[in-house]
Amino acid sequence: MKHQSEFGRLLERFGVIAAAVGALSIFAGASGAQAAGLLDEIKARDFVHCGTAPNVPGYAFTDANGDRVGFDIDLCHALAAAILGDPDKVKLSKMRPKDGFPALQTGQVDILTHRLTWTFNRDNGTGMNYTRVMIYDGQGFIVRKDLGVSSISELDGAAICVAQGTTVELNVADFFRTNNLSYNIVSFGSQEEAQIAYDEERCDAFSTDRMGLAARSLGFKNRADHVILPETISKEPIGPLVAHNQDEWADTARWVFNALIAAEELGVTQGNIDDMRANSQNPEVQRLIGVTGDFGQRLELSNDWAYNAIKAVGNYGEIYDRHLGPDTRLGLERGRNALWTDGGLIIAPPFR
Amino acid sequence: MAVETTDDRVRNTSFVFWSSSKYRTKFYEVLVLGLLFASLYWIINNVVTNLNRLGIRTGFGFLKQEAGFDIGQTLVTYNEASSYGSAVLVALLNTVLMSLLAIVFATIIGFVVGVSRLSSNWLLSRAATAYVEIFRNMPLLLQIFFWYFAVLRALPVPRQSIAFFDTIYINNRGIYAPSPVFEPGFGIVIAALVMALGVAIALRRWARVRQSRTGQPFPVLVTSLIIIIGLLLVSAAVAGFPLSWQVPALKGFNYTGGFSVIPELVAMVVALSIYHASFVAEIVRGGVLSVRRGQVEAARAMGLRPGQIMREVIVPQALRVIIPPLSNQYLNLAKSSALAAAIAYPDLMHVLGGAVLAQTGQPIEVMTIVMGTYLAISLLIALFMNWYNRRSSLVER
Repeated sequence: MKHQSEFGRLLERFGVIAAAVGALSIFAGASGAQAAGLLDEIKARDFVHCGTAPNVPGYAFTDANGDRVGFDIDLCHALAAAILGDPDKVKLSKMRPKDGFPALQTGQVDILTHRLTWTFNRDNGTGMNYTRVMIYDGQGFIVRKDLGVSSISELDGAAICVAQGTTVELNVADFFRTNNLSYNIVSFGSQEEAQIAYDEERCDAFSTDRMGLAARSLGFKNRADHVILPETISKEPIGPLVAHNQDEWADTARWVFNALIAAEELGVTQGNIDDMRANSQNPEVQRLIGVTGDFGQRLELSNDWAYNAIKAVGNYGEIYDRHLGPDTRLGLERGRNALWTDGGLIIAPPFR
Repeated sequence: MAVETTDDRVRNTSFVFWSSSKYRTKFYEVLVLGLLFASLYWIINNVVTNLNRLGIRTGFGFLKQEAGFDIGQTLVTYNEASSYGSAVLVALLNTVLMSLLAIVFATIIGFVVGVSRLSSNWLLSRAATAYVEIFRNMPLLLQIFFWYFAVLRALPVPRQSIAFFDTIYINNRGIYAPSPVFEPGFGIVIAALVMALGVAIALRRWARVRQSRTGQPFPVLVTSLIIIIGLLLVSAAVAGFPLSWQVPALKGFNYTGGFSVIPELVAMVVALSIYHASFVAEIVRGGVLSVRRGQVEAARAMGLRPGQIMREVIVPQALRVIIPPLSNQYLNLAKSSALAAAIAYPDLMHVLGGAVLAQTGQPIEVMTIVMGTYLAISLLIALFMNWYNRRSSLVER
């Protein structure tokens, strides 16, 4: 018997190659841990990568022309306009909530402009940060009219379809537990699957955020057979998320969204913004759209960042009305999402 | 050690490292091993650094925390206030239940189809061929969706349930059947059952010894059945029939009480059984064909009846060929059961990969648990099948 192993001989033959490949992989890997901020990275690659819901009418869906449109999509266009000067420099990826979190944590996407509720748990210890609340919503239930149910308290023993890994799933559990009602949960991997299963009569009720219900119920076989119950069982402040430890990028995104709201507060619209830029004497308007001050530079953007964003998608109210408002298929009144001056909850911090 | 070497390639008396092929190969071994460990260390280090940078929680501490969500099918006590650890257990049991049911049905269907394919009856063998070629050639995921929506669409809503004898109800929320309620005194019946089984086993042993000594066969199966059923009836009568049934009743939205099976489980078991049975059928056919024709002819010449030839000659020899690939098929079945997540059956992949992962935001830990659990299930199946294979294999001397 030989003293040397067959393995060793094999290695000797391929040893040089193996060593080279090994060394290369180490060097290649080392370059992965770079320190540049995400904002610089976005500018360098020249597009903003947003994770959005796959198919929610009004928020993020694919229209008849094959374009991705909706409230959440416009937030992404606003970012691209503010940062890169062109609202179309976006990459829009569809993802379910449970896929969106890892995608954001690992840096696959820059931001999730998704219908995701701000909770303690999601903000702390999961590697994500919320930018700000863009929609105030609450969870509701939809049922078939022929059940004769008029209140959630009559849902004792009902089968309820929800999407798993969401606050919806937890709220349903909390609500039925605190009210001592029994129920059968049927939790699906995504909102779409839950919606289809409910429509196939697998469940007595389908639950998600009320504005989401308004949007999703449009996909039912016969919307007129269903009724949304009056009660709201939770508060759902919804807004875009960015990865933890990306302070600069988080500030930029937050203030682009603030700018959209401030524009509505100040009466700046997509239509009148050029006129405002030329003629407005209001100092806050002038600071917002970059006539005076250096707010753009401080965000490491050009000074017409907010001008570009508003010019591209309009102010908050315009985006809302275009996709969710009374004139759309969803027909949602502003309600809680009216400006604070109109009795709603939407407010932008001062631009000063 | 170097002094002991007889390697003729060491020619120089002055030792040069490169000139010895023995040391050179050792050097490469150490180098590759070192690189392997270095890259492993680099990967792990990178993961830990990145998790810390993102401020993501690490560790398995979440298993003790309250899960906060409910699960649609629970074999053990579980509610919203139970821990993530309990949710893992519930999901594991759901996976095990689904896999075991599917393994049993796939085996039965597979044996029937496999043997049918060898039948001399033209219609039967062609039907079996069609079965195999249809079901093994379509993606399993598609078949799962097909059965799920076929089941959901075909069944009525609870208020128009299909009723069997007013005790079993079937609707699109599941199958509802009476569940047994054991009353005091049922212990006597169980004792009688245990006794009857003991007698049956002893009888089988005695019959075997007698047959090998005298050649006289004894109808073990019929006798055992008479003993078991008889003893059960007698003991139940003595104890005053201590068993009642809780019949499901329509209350509110659905039937409550009794025993229920959710449609997702039905769809999964049907899909997994039918798909994997097509492979089992081919394995069985191969096994039966591997038994030489001469064996059957010899058995026939000895005057054995066709049933006896099947039982005593063909099956024992075919099993030796069947079991190893059948083990593989069982492993495939257990692993493919993870597709249940697609139709919301609360198995390991659905509960952990869906709810737990998203609610805790700790994908690495959660996926480690999922992978470890599937590995454990597969290894247990492999262990059992290896044991069974050793038992049924030919004893070679």
